[in-house]
Amino acid sequence: MKIGVLALQGDFAEHLQALERCAVQGSPIRRSFQLEDIDGLIIPGGESTTIAKLTNSDNTIFDTITNKIKSGMPVYGTCMGAIFLANEIEGSSQGRLGLMSIKVRRNGFGPQKASFESYIDIPCLAENGAKSEPFHAVFIRAPLILSHSPEVNVLAKLDQSISENIIMASQNNMLVSTFHPELTGDLRIHKYFLSMVE
Amino acid sequence: MASITADKKGKKETGTLLVKKALPQMLKGGVIMDVVNAEQAKIAEEAGAVAVMALERVPADIRADGGVARMSDPELIIQIIKAVTIPVMAKARIGHFVEAQILESLGVDCVDESEVLTPADEEFHIDKSKFKIPFVCGARNLGEALRRIGEGAAMIRTKGEAGTGDVVEAVRHARAILGDIKKLTVMPAEELMTFAKNIGAPYELVKEIAKTGKLPVVNFAAGGLATPADAALLMQLGVDGVFVGSGIFKSGNPLKRAQAIVKATTHYQDPEILAEVSRNLGEPMVGRTAASLSETEMLAIRGN
Repeated sequence: MKIGVLALQGDFAEHLQALERCAVQGSPIRRSFQLEDIDGLIIPGGESTTIAKLTNSDNTIFDTITNKIKSGMPVYGTCMGAIFLANEIEGSSQGRLGLMSIKVRRNGFGPQKASFESYIDIPCLAENGAKSEPFHAVFIRAPLILSHSPEVNVLAKLDQSISENIIMASQNNMLVSTFHPELTGDLRIHKYFLSMVE
Repeated sequence: MASITADKKGKKETGTLLVKKALPQMLKGGVIMDVVNAEQAKIAEEAGAVAVMALERVPADIRADGGVARMSDPELIIQIIKAVTIPVMAKARIGHFVEAQILESLGVDCVDESEVLTPADEEFHIDKSKFKIPFVCGARNLGEALRRIGEGAAMIRTKGEAGTGDVVEAVRHARAILGDIKKLTVMPAEELMTFAKNIGAPYELVKEIAKTGKLPVVNFAAGGLATPADAALLMQLGVDGVFVGSGIFKSGNPLKRAQAIVKATTHYQDPEILAEVSRNLGEPMVGRTAASLSETEMLAIRGN
């Protein structure tokens, strides 16, 4: 198994390290031809407007990614990756892949002083019916998932009582989280994604 | 473990070291651009900057005009924050913790305690650990970098010589920092304390780097970068990203040059792309050689 990590900008090195610790081969992706032999793709944290500008200038890499996702390649987007996969970004026409039926709000919690870490329940990480340990999650100028279509599967919420506080979701072969599991050393979400690839 | 997590569950902790160090991690592989107003900030965002750095005057003008350089007018910073969606950083004077408090209250995402502004304190830096937002600080060598990290900096950048358009000092500082890190990884354990003493760095940080082979925070290049090739040069030397100051808005075609530097920072290992983006960028900033500066004109010696 070989997993690509989009390496145009952002914390791609942290994702590559997480894959290494999962004993899976990771490969930084900067150009279209590097996508040929990968089995799954991670889109890391970073600045979504920067990536969007790189979209405008080199469409071939994003066309190839879009085609591969449409033909079933699993993809996991963290924070910026979630924004880049969303089909609707509130108040913005910036470039995106637009493949997942979610509406996001960028910087949903406010500026950096509102960024936070927390321990959250992610039910899909439970094994053998046992309740899973809370996941140490870091939110950095994180987006909010405001709404989604019925085919989207909500996997975790920050606060169970607030409907729009979705922080992890999936749709077919696409997985997104608004936080960064690559920063806290807990490999369970990477392994969850790898199980989608297998 | 279970009891700790149960205790913390559902609580949002802001301003922790982990959260402060994570913002610069998201900026890696990107370009942070100096801007003096909202109009320039929009151009920087349009070009693909990962963040903008608000300051009163770009370093080339600070050099030309002389006088005391301070934090920007808060009104300008508010306008810049409103104009863009990317992170906004702003400069405070070395040791001027009140300017930093003001910047934090305005909602900037990161403070640069910067030698480019006139120092407010010639002996002490800001206690950066007290703040909820991250700080970036300049360094010429590993000792300076680790002293700043010891004070709570969540990001380091080379000082270079800002406002010159001459990349030589940024290269010198990047090589000094990265070279000493490499040296530490093969240094016998009994030599680490003396090494820490000689460079004036906290021993615990020296020990940590000897083990990990890297700084515990993100490390960007800054100070004199003016071309796409300059950005790629520093990236190939091993920094995580770049700051470009006067090099963009003192050039003939700021948007085009800024876009080219963004692409060069992404594709820094790809000479074909570097050649393509370097073509027809118009006039670069005029610049002056760092070697021609008198000692009073050198910014990098401030705040060591």
